[in-house]
Amino acid sequence: MADRTPFLKLEHVDKIYGTTVQTQVLFDINLEFEEHSFNSVIGQSGSGKSTLLNIMGTLDQPTAGKVYVGGVQADQMKPKELARLRNETIGFIFQFHYLLPEYSALENVLLPAQIKSQTPTPEILARAEELMELVGISSVKNNNAIKMSGGQQQRTAIARALINNPKLVLADEPTGNLDSDSTELVYSLLKEINQKYGTTFIIVTHDRKVAERTDRITEIKDGRIILDVRT
Amino acid sequence: MFSFRVATRFLKANKTQTIFIIIGIAVGVSVQVFVGTLIQSLQTSLVNQTIGNSPDITILSTTDNARIENWEAMEQKIRNIDGVTNVTAVADGQVFVNNLPQATVCLLRGFNLTEADGIFHYASTIYQGRMPEKTNEVLAGKEFQTDWSLSVGSQLNISTNSAPQTNITLTICGFYNLGVAAVDRLWLIGSFDTANTTFNFGDNVTSINIQVSDVFSADAIAAQINSTLANTHIKVTNWKVENSQLLSGLNGQSLSSYMIQAFVLVSVILGISSILAITVIQKSKQIGILKAMGVNDGTAALIFLFEGLLLGIGGAVLGVALGLGLMIAFQTFAVDPVTKLPIISLYINYSFLLLSGVIAVTAAVVAALVPARRSSKLSVIEVIRNG
Repeated sequence: MADRTPFLKLEHVDKIYGTTVQTQVLFDINLEFEEHSFNSVIGQSGSGKSTLLNIMGTLDQPTAGKVYVGGVQADQMKPKELARLRNETIGFIFQFHYLLPEYSALENVLLPAQIKSQTPTPEILARAEELMELVGISSVKNNNAIKMSGGQQQRTAIARALINNPKLVLADEPTGNLDSDSTELVYSLLKEINQKYGTTFIIVTHDRKVAERTDRITEIKDGRIILDVRT
Repeated sequence: MFSFRVATRFLKANKTQTIFIIIGIAVGVSVQVFVGTLIQSLQTSLVNQTIGNSPDITILSTTDNARIENWEAMEQKIRNIDGVTNVTAVADGQVFVNNLPQATVCLLRGFNLTEADGIFHYASTIYQGRMPEKTNEVLAGKEFQTDWSLSVGSQLNISTNSAPQTNITLTICGFYNLGVAAVDRLWLIGSFDTANTTFNFGDNVTSINIQVSDVFSADAIAAQINSTLANTHIKVTNWKVENSQLLSGLNGQSLSSYMIQAFVLVSVILGISSILAITVIQKSKQIGILKAMGVNDGTAALIFLFEGLLLGIGGAVLGVALGLGLMIAFQTFAVDPVTKLPIISLYINYSFLLLSGVIAVTAAVVAALVPARRSSKLSVIEVIRNG
């Protein structure tokens, strides 16, 4: 069960793109996500949900408002501190797997750990093996990242997001490119990880059926939150 | 180091491109090494031909009798100066050879024969006979032998300006060939004793000849000798003063060589910079992903600096080898049709080769600065949003 401590908090967040021609994509967003919770953000294409996720993940900066990750105000952090926060606290799963084609599946999984501590320790290697076993890609762990099926690539990306044992995983349409069987498998996996490791999940999707499998649905439309319910 | 490992992986993943970049740098470096070595070899052989058999620095007397006193003490002081390799006192003067079909003037040069050979290198050019062993034995040059059909054992009856009536008989014990017609026709080489007997110099000499390790620093060493000896009765001259035209020719040659090398360097820098800039664009997705996973801007920049460094090292090693190969090929194929000897003898300056390599590596790293900066500034969100 999720506890009630907010791990991620957004206060009055606005996002405006452009300087001469300005487009506001987020309007006064106030949100809190508790630790260990399993959440979804839904909305149609262009609603601002991906922008919201990028701001939560410190990949993008809000034009106004505050973002707190683990109690620390992230929008005030220096680039180096943000890089460390992303490496140690946040895991990302994108719609496109974004694996590095120069590396094997196992090496891709190990990358965040190598960024953190250079040479992977036996414990980290064991964790990588465990995660790859969990997501079911042990048999292709030495395959080059581009020589795997779409489902295998996305599962590798999930294992990579979890290698540093992050407290928060942000997933942007993680099954957007997968068939229905693989979609089912990936969501079951994310839920299992949430329960097994207590990782907080925020999943952005346009698919209401997928969202209904999470503990909380936040709906966004034209940059404004129009629904925020626990299922 | 994480950035180094990523750099090597990026280079390995794109082997063909990496090999082409290394070859590109190597071609630039090889041109630099080839042109530089060629010019240096040319200069060295020119300098050797011009001053190889003559002293780099000469000390002459300014007194009326043109003699230098206390020369042994001077010699000792000069030997202690850095860069001096050979010092030899010379007692010489004009002699008239009276028993040849035509009255002939020669220069009888009295040396410490062992030491002087370090400067004049006559011993190795003796093609007939041997070195003088006794007083009044002399070596004569090839031209002199040819002009007067002389042989080992021929005797020369000489007289001097100071004692025209005195007749001294010199015996030719051998013939040398220094390859400079004027010298080979004029010089008679003997011992100090021979010169002293002829000219009555006593303990005095007429000049001190000096050779230095770096011929181009002869002027500086000459100045140092002048101040060390602090003697108003002598004059210190060096080959640079006496060969100013050659020197300006050599300087012009060096300048043109530097210009060529500078242009090659600029083209190498531009080449690497533009290729790495394209690589950053090619790898922008990967850089974006790495940044999303926590790679900071500095590390992202280092990846491309390491790529530049590795490409530079590869290009420099291959380029130096290629340049030397070109030089050896040039030596093998560019030969004098008559003598079959190389037109220019190869002179390898290891410091220059090392410097060329270091310059190439530095240039590659400098060229990588722009792409590295680009990588550092790359926005994660742009990569994520544009897929």
